[in-house]
Amino acid sequence: MSSVHKGAFDSVRDWSHRLAPPWISQVLGRHKRLTLATLFLLALLLPLRADSYQVHILGYIGLFAMMGVGLNVVVGFAGLLDLGYVAFFAIGAYTYALLASPQFGLHIPFWFVIPVAVAIAALAGVLLGIPVLRMRGDYLAIVTLGFGEIIRLVLNNLDPVTRGPQGLSSIDRPSIPLISFTLDTPIHFYYLILIACVLSMFIAGRLENSRVGRAWVAMREDEDAAAAMGVDLIKYKLLAFAIGASFAGFGGVIFAARQGSIFPADFTLMVSINVLALVIIGGMGSIPGVVVGAIILVGLPEVLRDIQQFRMLVFGALLVAMMIFRPEGFISAARQRSEVQRIRELGSVKTTS
Amino acid sequence: MRQTTRSSTSPIKVTLERTLRGMQLDLWAQQAINGLTLGSIYALVALGYTMVYGVLQMINFAHGEVFMVGSYAGFFTLTALFAAGFGQSNLILTLIIVFLVAMVVGGILAVGLERVAYRPLRRAPRLAPLISAIGASIFLQNAVLVIFGPRLQVYPYVFPAGGVSLGNVSITYIRVFIIFLSLAFMLGLHVFVRRTSIGKAMRAVAEDKDTAALMGIDVDRTIATTFLVGGALAGAAGVMVGMYYTQINHMIGFVPGLKAFTAAVLGGIGNVPGAMVGGLFLGLIEAFSAQAIPAVYKDVVAFGLLVLVLIIRPTGILGEVIGKK
Amino acid sequence: MAILEAKGVTKRFGGLLAVDAVDFQIDERMIAGLIGPNGAGKTTFFNIVTGVHRPDSGSISFCDRTIKNLKPHRITELGIGRTFQNIRLFASMTALENVLVGQHCRLRSGVVGAIVRDMSTQNEERYAWRRAEELLEFVGLQEKQDFLAKNLPYGDQRRLEIARALATRPKLLLLDEPTAGMNPQETRELTEFIRRLKTELGLSILLIEHDMKLVMGVCDRVTVLDYGVKIAEGTPTEMQRNPRVIEAYLGRTASSQPGVGHGAS
Repeated sequence: MSSVHKGAFDSVRDWSHRLAPPWISQVLGRHKRLTLATLFLLALLLPLRADSYQVHILGYIGLFAMMGVGLNVVVGFAGLLDLGYVAFFAIGAYTYALLASPQFGLHIPFWFVIPVAVAIAALAGVLLGIPVLRMRGDYLAIVTLGFGEIIRLVLNNLDPVTRGPQGLSSIDRPSIPLISFTLDTPIHFYYLILIACVLSMFIAGRLENSRVGRAWVAMREDEDAAAAMGVDLIKYKLLAFAIGASFAGFGGVIFAARQGSIFPADFTLMVSINVLALVIIGGMGSIPGVVVGAIILVGLPEVLRDIQQFRMLVFGALLVAMMIFRPEGFISAARQRSEVQRIRELGSVKTTS
Repeated sequence: MRQTTRSSTSPIKVTLERTLRGMQLDLWAQQAINGLTLGSIYALVALGYTMVYGVLQMINFAHGEVFMVGSYAGFFTLTALFAAGFGQSNLILTLIIVFLVAMVVGGILAVGLERVAYRPLRRAPRLAPLISAIGASIFLQNAVLVIFGPRLQVYPYVFPAGGVSLGNVSITYIRVFIIFLSLAFMLGLHVFVRRTSIGKAMRAVAEDKDTAALMGIDVDRTIATTFLVGGALAGAAGVMVGMYYTQINHMIGFVPGLKAFTAAVLGGIGNVPGAMVGGLFLGLIEAFSAQAIPAVYKDVVAFGLLVLVLIIRPTGILGEVIGKK
Repeated sequence: MAILEAKGVTKRFGGLLAVDAVDFQIDERMIAGLIGPNGAGKTTFFNIVTGVHRPDSGSISFCDRTIKNLKPHRITELGIGRTFQNIRLFASMTALENVLVGQHCRLRSGVVGAIVRDMSTQNEERYAWRRAEELLEFVGLQEKQDFLAKNLPYGDQRRLEIARALATRPKLLLLDEPTAGMNPQETRELTEFIRRLKTELGLSILLIEHDMKLVMGVCDRVTVLDYGVKIAEGTPTEMQRNPRVIEAYLGRTASSQPGVGHGAS
């Protein structure tokens, strides 16, 4: 009786793990800290060898990685397929743009807007979450998609507030108060994004290995059994939506500050699909995987500008191909090994501390 | 107060009011016709969603693109026939050819999609075919973009201007044509699903694939047939939209696709008559809401309705027929 | 004294009367059996007690508290743990993680605690891990704590499910066909194990079972359902001799064999 509704998302993480080559998860599993440290150092030094356009792209990758980490909470951990994720990104961006631009003559400092925008995005996440609580997986996908479109349409048409398709411009650059330093070059924003990214990953990682994260995964695996273990399904679903949304809202604020002007066209369904795709390509549930996914999906097409025209074409075909040609068997064993490894590490930390 | 107003009303004012009220009524009637036209197109596309959902319990996300490609196929056929001078002299034959081509292209494309993007994933977790469908949708959109470019293609005018008069309401020929042709297709489909052995096989597969296979039904072929029929209807709908709005591009599949899906959900997904009712209903709601709220929000109305229905009555107006397990 | 008391519990699915005015009670430190042919309404009764289904009428109280309209997670919190007829572990979590999830309602740390990892969260986690290891040891799975649940052999999965249910710290444990699919050796071990649950942990246990040897071996009292109606209740030996019970089982074996399961159970 459970097989049908259970079949919706339960084995998603497991199955997406099979997509990643085995050695990646093995290496990541064994030398997790070293890998992360190396990646971070690389990310820190990278812009020094890049021109300003490339740094801009790197920042873009970072923003998408951040959103990926947030969506991963919703889709990867909690198993709720959200196709309207861009809405929260838009909410964050427009919150900052409205509070810190000539539009209403408000110039609230960037650092104050962040918590406000994050809270508004989280609230929007809950508001989206409430009606879809009892929906099955694919209905959920369509309704969230509809939600994303509604937000975009409203932004596009609510001219007195958002100025419609013309968008909002002359958005304030963030400045650091005491030393009166204003962030205005791609490099500045790159480092801001890097900090936000690391923070997001840290939070997501901590959540994953906690009572909250376990409740999410349990819910993804089997809702009824999770409820029988005392997991409040409503609370944890809404929590997943809220936390996922707040990451996107945070990213949106940075995006608005960085771009200086934003338009409804920045927030199309394709952004949601891109974020979802990078979460899947990276191996759902894996945070370094999200970074790799962001580099592949956002970075590569920008580098290969010549194929720009074919970019989306290839992207679409890639999505289909990825779903079909997943190597079976031996990689799922690799996942199991890395899982055991992860637990051992944790276990030894616990017993020694 | 009220009485004085009434007593002081001049005969001229009364006539004026009546005319205004008449116009108002005509306006509503006009919107009803618009709604029915749009609604029948939604219904045709919705049928594809609902039938596929019935047999596979998956949302064929790329169905809107089948509709779009069908519209292109119709456009090229129609343009070619007119360019050859054939269209002007043999209107009826031209229409038949155009619809046939679009339906064949739509049907074959849908079957191809099933074969390439969905069949290998039939036993995979449910997210897999959905993402595969999103991928296929992006692929088709951009394939059309790359091949034909981003510019709008303009459908040649097929129907003469003017229309049928019903009292004060005039219905253009194209609308009459769309409404009647859609009804004919729906009736045909209904008979097909209810009466033919392939239709019965479809219903059996929708109930239970494994048992159907045990009963000697070729499940793969039945599913392919479902896609064929759904794709053909979407192709026909594509031509109708082309003729109705006269302009098409590679993006026209997305929003109508979503709305048709909404219609399918409204009618209870998996429910064939439900999709028809849902389509007409959505078309009417959209047309009437245009009277009350700015037209730019008509898509918001459709999506809002979708969310609302799923919250209040997740099984649709007529109830979900298949996939109830 | 009664720990769980159900009065006139009725549940209908469309036209099907799945549970019909059932009175039932179970005392502290008691093992009760719920038996009956397929489709008799046993699992539906379980689902009503655990809050999965809401009864159409009747009352249920647990420890003198009415639980009729509570959600499943609240009922678990109050102290009713359960297993499922068709094992429902968290397949891609390890054995240990499964048991950790079982402790969910006994732990307190939330989002902030998870992110900050303050002292109380750390202590709580350490405690939860230790307890999970103990529980796995109690069911004999200490060697397999890092195995993914889906990779465990069938008998281990059954035991893991019990360990997970025990992790919720139940006062009353509901076991839905715990020996389904087990060989005689495993069934014997399980019988012994269920007895230990009562003697060592002082639990009340309600079990649905088809294996009469197990029912006879451990149950203090047996309740028999047929077509949603309670047709008999008493000691296992009494039930064995009760003509109505014999009729319910034998009278329908011929017809119930081909179409296994009416779906209501």
